[in-house]
Amino acid sequence: MRTMSETQIYSLRVNGKLRDVTDAWLGESLLYVLRERLGLPGSKGACEQGECGSCTVVMDGAAVCSCLVLAASAVGADITTIEGLTEGALTDVQQAFIDEGAVQCGFCTPGLIVAVHHLLDSTPRPSEMEVKEALSGNICRCTGYGRIFAAVTRVIEQRAQQ
Amino acid sequence: MSTSVVRTRRDTLGTSALRPDGGAKVQGSFAFSSDVWADNMLWGATLRSPHPYARIISIDTSEAIKIAGVETVLTAEDVPGQLTYGLIDSDQPVFASGVVRYMGEPVAAVAADHPETCRRALAAIRVEYEIFEPHVNPEDSISGSVPPIHPNGNLLRHQRIVCGDTTVTGPVVVECEYEIGMQDQAFLGLEAALAIPDSDGGGVEMIVATQWLHEDRKQIALCLGLPEEKIRLTLGGVGGAFGAREDISLQVHASLLALRTGRPIKMQYSREESFFGHVHRHPAKIWVRHHASNDGMILKIEARMVFDGGAYASTSAAVLINAVTHIQGPYRCANAVVDGFAARTNNPPCGAMRGFGVVQACFAHESQMDKLAQACGLSPVEIRLRNAMRTGDRLITGQPVESVAPVERCIRETDAIALPPQMTSSPHELSLPGGSGRTADRSHIVRGIGWGVSIKNLMYSETFDDYATARCRLENGIVTLKFATSEVGQGFVTLAPQIARSVLGVDTVIVDPMDTTIGSAGSTSASRQTWMSGGAVDGACRLVRERLFEHVALQNNLDPLQLEIDDTDIIDTRGTLRISVSKASAGVTFEETFEHHHRPTEDLDENGQGNCHVAFAFVAHRAVVDVDTELGLVKVVQIATAQDVGRALNPLSVLGQIEGGIAQGLGLAVMEEILMVNGIVKNPSFTDYLLPTALDAPDVVAVLIEEPDPQAPLGAKGVGEPPCISVTPAIAAAIRDATGRAITRVPVRPSDICL
Repeated sequence: MRTMSETQIYSLRVNGKLRDVTDAWLGESLLYVLRERLGLPGSKGACEQGECGSCTVVMDGAAVCSCLVLAASAVGADITTIEGLTEGALTDVQQAFIDEGAVQCGFCTPGLIVAVHHLLDSTPRPSEMEVKEALSGNICRCTGYGRIFAAVTRVIEQRAQQ
Repeated sequence: MSTSVVRTRRDTLGTSALRPDGGAKVQGSFAFSSDVWADNMLWGATLRSPHPYARIISIDTSEAIKIAGVETVLTAEDVPGQLTYGLIDSDQPVFASGVVRYMGEPVAAVAADHPETCRRALAAIRVEYEIFEPHVNPEDSISGSVPPIHPNGNLLRHQRIVCGDTTVTGPVVVECEYEIGMQDQAFLGLEAALAIPDSDGGGVEMIVATQWLHEDRKQIALCLGLPEEKIRLTLGGVGGAFGAREDISLQVHASLLALRTGRPIKMQYSREESFFGHVHRHPAKIWVRHHASNDGMILKIEARMVFDGGAYASTSAAVLINAVTHIQGPYRCANAVVDGFAARTNNPPCGAMRGFGVVQACFAHESQMDKLAQACGLSPVEIRLRNAMRTGDRLITGQPVESVAPVERCIRETDAIALPPQMTSSPHELSLPGGSGRTADRSHIVRGIGWGVSIKNLMYSETFDDYATARCRLENGIVTLKFATSEVGQGFVTLAPQIARSVLGVDTVIVDPMDTTIGSAGSTSASRQTWMSGGAVDGACRLVRERLFEHVALQNNLDPLQLEIDDTDIIDTRGTLRISVSKASAGVTFEETFEHHHRPTEDLDENGQGNCHVAFAFVAHRAVVDVDTELGLVKVVQIATAQDVGRALNPLSVLGQIEGGIAQGLGLAVMEEILMVNGIVKNPSFTDYLLPTALDAPDVVAVLIEEPDPQAPLGAKGVGEPPCISVTPAIAAAIRDATGRAITRVPVRPSDICL
């Protein structure tokens, strides 16, 4: 939108790094800026209404739907995306999703991985109902959730043994 | 998306090999079609009709084109080739010209530098409509009481089945009319494509999420007026499909914009647009009458089935055939009179969705089986066992069921699964009907149990030769596979290397990108890719193995027929030779391509007789529900199921299909419906179209019935569709059991239970 006047330069702290956002329309969502301007397409858009959780990121310790956050309003916040969870090796949650068959088409997967990490960071030993409630904001259309529960259960058990 | 697979244990057929794309998908680095981009790219967007039926008086694009950043605006006048497309009948305009026939029909498209610029450009296009009263009642289309809304007429197809002695009556007669609502596939990965024009403007390259690359290419080429070879398609990562990517959505629009602007075009639908941009599951009304003997044996079925096809044909004709040929369910029946109609209306077009016509038929026949059980004083299990189809029985089309038909075993093994524990005196509030709404009162909750059993055809029907192609190359112990099979999440990229490892004794298998540089694989639909593309991969690998054995035999002065694969070695079954496949294939390359065709099928005649289907799979479901009878809320507690899978080539993948299909069937039973009022869609969003969440998911207990089918190349039947078919009537039956209500419609609404 090179000729639109509604642009501004700002910076976002994403995955520990300060990233400049230039020439961006002020109406852009955080999801759009992450995907289209900062080269972080791991967060997915599937509903634009905060219903499906595919775009889940952690912002100042809270799991949020990045499609509902105005990017320019996230200045100063500490944002972690799916890309910020790992450097090289997979996390235990990621490995468990693969091993338990919790991934099919994979479109909901990044949002779910972020949501599961967020849950287990705050509640290391959640009950079955706590897991289901925590993940009820992440829609998966392929798996019926059975293998996802199996993956989360595996991580909880593994961490309990450590 | 070339995927290298190197694993330490041998992931051959029958093991729960893990997805080769799993690592990328859990890290967010897997490239879905919405993630691809190109330098100098523009965004494309579609203007859609807000009216279900109207005449276009004028379209004024002059203000839109003036907006800074807008590169082009296209309408019907800009389509260079065929003005329409369609899977079976080419009756759907690329852009509406003269008339719009459903809410959401494309009228124009724009290309601009930013999605927001596109949105403003669409808002600036002035379309003047003369609004007509929409025709939304399929019965009017059947009776001919309304004028044609399309030059091809209002009846998309009528098919009659007349079988056996139609004068037969029975001492027990049960009948009812059933209704099924319009369901959306609701895949998560929205429609998206990147279209890149050739520098000479003579062709297009496209990265797209689709179920069938070659069919897309054919339809795009016709509309662009270009030879097929000028259109090159590569599969982008696909975020689920479930039937909704079988038809053209944005492919032609994106190609046209790319050719017009000479720049790459990215198009991706919003969720709202997605509800208008793809076909849905047909809403249907089905009247059925069963005649039976006093001991519950089915003597005759009469049915009238009406499917609302919406404004354009899509696959309605094939969906209808599935419906009428499956109305008997997995039960023996010698006599039948069935009339099926697929009608054109001004509702949104309907077509393929997982289950493809059989879902609707199954809700009707399974509801009838419970009525019959009640009338005969039998249990739901007993009535089904008494009538259960066996291999060799004939359908009402006259076709013998040559597939393995373990219907009785599916029922008995499901029945043997333990029921869930009764609700405790102080249940967790989230486990109650209504869940996080926390409204249900324990004292109003009643538990119910219900059954559903189904038969589903596999592959395409009625003479269609939906073959699949695959190529296998063996070089220095490494196999490279090539096919155009759409991976939509089902796991063919996992299965294909398993096949190669089993046949060729290799460990490392590379799957090349899926694209149109090889022959068609057919569609990823109709539960057909394990059978068809699996058969093609198996065939190509076997041809390469023959070449390898000939090579080793020549070098060792042996008869190649003496050789076989043992783990990762070639051994001489009559001698002592043992050589590893990697060593034997060092320095040589063998490459073979194989087309797998299933046996031919026939058309149905005017009485609906003919061997129109290829093969069948069976499944039983038992549902346990808790119902708040005051509020009409339902919690599905457990689904028990035994499914006829032929052979479980990857048990973990099979389980994933079963659990996922059950969730979609649950959605149709109690949650999911596209609501329409006079052709206007009222809930095109995930806020208003309700999908099952983690809290709605029932416990699933699944048994795999493995009786390899001799017709199937790998012994395996397709497993994708059966899970979502009879689970819906099972849940409806469980609600009946809990409430005593008739429940003749799905999705079941609170008002159906408590008012």
